[in-house]
Amino acid sequence: MDWRRFSFIGLIIIILFGVVVMIGGAHTPPLVIIASMLATTLTVVTPLALGSLSGIFCERSGVVNIGIEGMMLTAAFFGWLTAIYMNTILEFAPMLSLILGVVAAIFSGGLMGLLHAWLSITFKVDQIIGGTVINILAVGITGFLNRQLFFEKGSIFGGNVPHAPGLLPVIHIPVGDALAAVCGGSQGCLDVAVALGKIFDQKPIAIAAVLLVIISHYVLTYTRWGLRTRAVGEHPKAADTVGINVNQTRYINVVIGGMMAGLAGAYFTLESVPSFEPLMTNGRGFISLAAMIFGNWTPFGAWAAALVFGAAQALQINLQFFRDFIPPQWAFLQQSYIVGLAPYLLTMLILTGIIGKTTPPAADGVPYEK
Amino acid sequence: MQTPEEHQPASLGRRIWKSVLDATLIPVLAIFTAVVLGGVIIALVGGNPFAAYIGLMQGAFGSAKAISETAIWATPYIFAGLAVALAFKGGLFNIGAEGQLALGAVAAAWVGYALPGMLGFDLPAAVHIPLVIGFGMLVGALWGAIPGALKAFAGGHEVINTIMMNYIALNLTSFLLNGPMKDKTPTNVIARTPEIAVSARIPVLFDGLRVHWGFFLALLMAFLIWWLLWKTTLGFEIRTVGANPDAAKYAGINVKRTLVLTMALSGMLAGMAGAIEVTGLNYRHELGFSSGYGFDAIAIALLGKTHPLGVVLASFLFAAMRNGGSRMQFLTQIPVDIISVIQALILLFVAADAIVRYIYRIKAKEDRLILTRGWGG
Repeated sequence: MDWRRFSFIGLIIIILFGVVVMIGGAHTPPLVIIASMLATTLTVVTPLALGSLSGIFCERSGVVNIGIEGMMLTAAFFGWLTAIYMNTILEFAPMLSLILGVVAAIFSGGLMGLLHAWLSITFKVDQIIGGTVINILAVGITGFLNRQLFFEKGSIFGGNVPHAPGLLPVIHIPVGDALAAVCGGSQGCLDVAVALGKIFDQKPIAIAAVLLVIISHYVLTYTRWGLRTRAVGEHPKAADTVGINVNQTRYINVVIGGMMAGLAGAYFTLESVPSFEPLMTNGRGFISLAAMIFGNWTPFGAWAAALVFGAAQALQINLQFFRDFIPPQWAFLQQSYIVGLAPYLLTMLILTGIIGKTTPPAADGVPYEK
Repeated sequence: MQTPEEHQPASLGRRIWKSVLDATLIPVLAIFTAVVLGGVIIALVGGNPFAAYIGLMQGAFGSAKAISETAIWATPYIFAGLAVALAFKGGLFNIGAEGQLALGAVAAAWVGYALPGMLGFDLPAAVHIPLVIGFGMLVGALWGAIPGALKAFAGGHEVINTIMMNYIALNLTSFLLNGPMKDKTPTNVIARTPEIAVSARIPVLFDGLRVHWGFFLALLMAFLIWWLLWKTTLGFEIRTVGANPDAAKYAGINVKRTLVLTMALSGMLAGMAGAIEVTGLNYRHELGFSSGYGFDAIAIALLGKTHPLGVVLASFLFAAMRNGGSRMQFLTQIPVDIISVIQALILLFVAADAIVRYIYRIKAKEDRLILTRGWGG
C-alpha cells in the first residue's frame, strides 16, 4: 500500500464520519458519535474483511475467485440450517447449536471452495465463468432448499420455521469499564467512556475477522507456506522447478479461501440477524473483491479498504438515529435508497485506478500447464 | 468410379452435419446431464422426478396458451441473452444486464405514462411505441456504456463495475418506484409505476393470447445482431478486439472506442428487454419483476455459445423451464426454485465442458472459446 491510497482511505473515512458528526453533533457529543460510528464500522466490516481474505488466499496462489458472494450465501444458509436443526435436538444448549452452525458454515464454504478449485485447477475452466457458476448455483440451491425445507407443505419442518437458537453473544472486553473508572463522577466523561467501550464489545466472528487479518498477513509474509503460495501465484513454473506441487498448493489455498468466505457467511445468519433470506449477502462478496484489489492483494491493505465500505454502511445505519436532525438542504440523506448507493459508488471510484494502480499476482487466473 | 465432383455434395453434407453436431453435442449433453441430476435432487427431497418433468412439459407446451406464455418468457431472454453474448464476443463480461434491463424498463414506463400528459396531446401509437422502446434502449445503452468507458479509459474491471451498477440500478429503481414515479392510485400499495397509455402498448400477435409483437422483434434482433457481428466492419472490429486486443490495436482498430461501443450496444439490448416487457406485457414497471434475468442471460449466452441462433434456442429452453415450472409446482408441490438449480447445473456443465467430455468420453477439440481475461486484461 502506498501513501496515496492510505491517505485516500483516511480521507473518505473522515468525510463519512464528518457527515454524521455534523448532523448529530448538536444533539450528541461528537466523541460519542465517532465512537458509535467506529463500533458499527468494525461490526459491518466483518464479512468484507473475511471476504477479501478469501480472495487473497485464492488469488495469491493464482486462482481468480469471483464466487465469494456465492460461497458466502451458501455458507450463510447451511450454517443457519445446521444451527436451527441442531437446536431442535439440543434445545437445552443454544450456544452449542450456534457453534455447530458456524462449523457447518465454514465447512460448506470450504466445499464450495473445493468445487471452485476442481473447476479452475483440474478442469481449467475460465475462472471468471467458474466463479459465476458458483454464484448462480448458490442462489439456486439456497433458494430451492429454503422453500423446500421450510415453507412447503409436507416439508421437513412442516411449514413451521422452528425456534432459532438466537445469535452469537457479544464478548465484553472491559475497556469501557476501565475508562469509566478513571472518569470519577463526571457524566459527560462517563458517556464517552461507555461509547468508547462499545467499540470493543464485538461478537466472536467480528473479533475473529480482525485476528485472521493479522494471522493471514503473518502466514503469507513470513511462513514457508506463505512463500510457497506466493511463488505459485507469481511464477508457477519456477515454483514447480524447485519441487513445489503447484496444483496441490492452489487447491489448498482455494479451500482455505472458501472457508474464509464460509465464516463470512456465518456472520450473516448467526451473528447479524437470526434468519435467512434469499440473496441476503447483497453484493458483499463483490465489494470484498474490490477491497482486495484496492488493497493490492495484501491482508492489511484489503482490510483498510474494507473499512471504507464499512464506514459507508455505518453512515447509513447511524444516520437513522439522527433522521430528524437532517437539515432541509440535505434532505436526500433521509432517502435510505440514496445513502445506500455510497458503498457501490465508492467501489467503482476506487477501481478506476485514479488513486494508484495495483498489480495482481502475475499468474492470477492462468491455469498451470506443465 | 467416383470423380471428385461427384464426391463433393456428400462430403459437404457430411461436413455441415459434423459442424452442427460439434456445435450442439456438448450443450445437449450438458442439458441432459443437468436434467438427470435435477431429477436425482427432486427424488432426494421426496418428489417424483417423472411426474415433475411431465408437469413441466405440460406447462410449457401443453396448449396454445402454454406455448404463447413460453414465447412471452423467451422474449426478454432473447434480448438479454443477446446482450451478454455480444459483450462476450467483444471480450467483455456483462454481468450488468439486470440493471440495464431494470432501468430500460423504468425509462420506457416513464415515456409510456408521462409523455402524453407533458405534451398535452395524445400521441399516435406509431410514434409513441417507438419512443417508448427507443428511450428504454437509450437508457440501457448509457448504463452499459459507463462500465465500458471505465474499462477503456480508467482500467476498472467490468465484472465488478457492472455488478456494482446492478445494485445502484436496484437502489435507484426502488427510490423512483417508491417516490417520484409511484403509481398514485389510492388503492395501490405496491412499488410500481402508473399504467402506460394505450397508445404506448405493442399489440398482441393473436387474439386471446398474450404473446405480442415484441417476440417477433426479439427474433428480428437476433438476426440483426448476427448480421452486425459477421457482415459489418463494426462487427469485425468487435470480434477482433474480443479475440485479441493487442492484434486489434496493431491492425489500427480503436480498441477503447470499440470497448465502449460494445458495452453500449450490450446495454442497449438489455434495456430493450426491459422496454419490451413494459410496452408488450406488463404495461407498467413493478419492483422485483426483473430479478434474475441478468444471471439467466449469462447462462443463456454461454449455453448458446455466444451465437445469436444459439441464444434464441437457449432462450426457448430456459423459457420453457420457467413457464413450465409453475405448472410443475402446482402438480407436484416441488418448489419452482428447482429450475434455478437445474439451470445452474446446465451452466456448470456448459462452462466446464471438460466434465461432460469426461463423463461421455468425448475427445477434446483444440479451439477453445476464450471468454474473459483476469484482472489485468
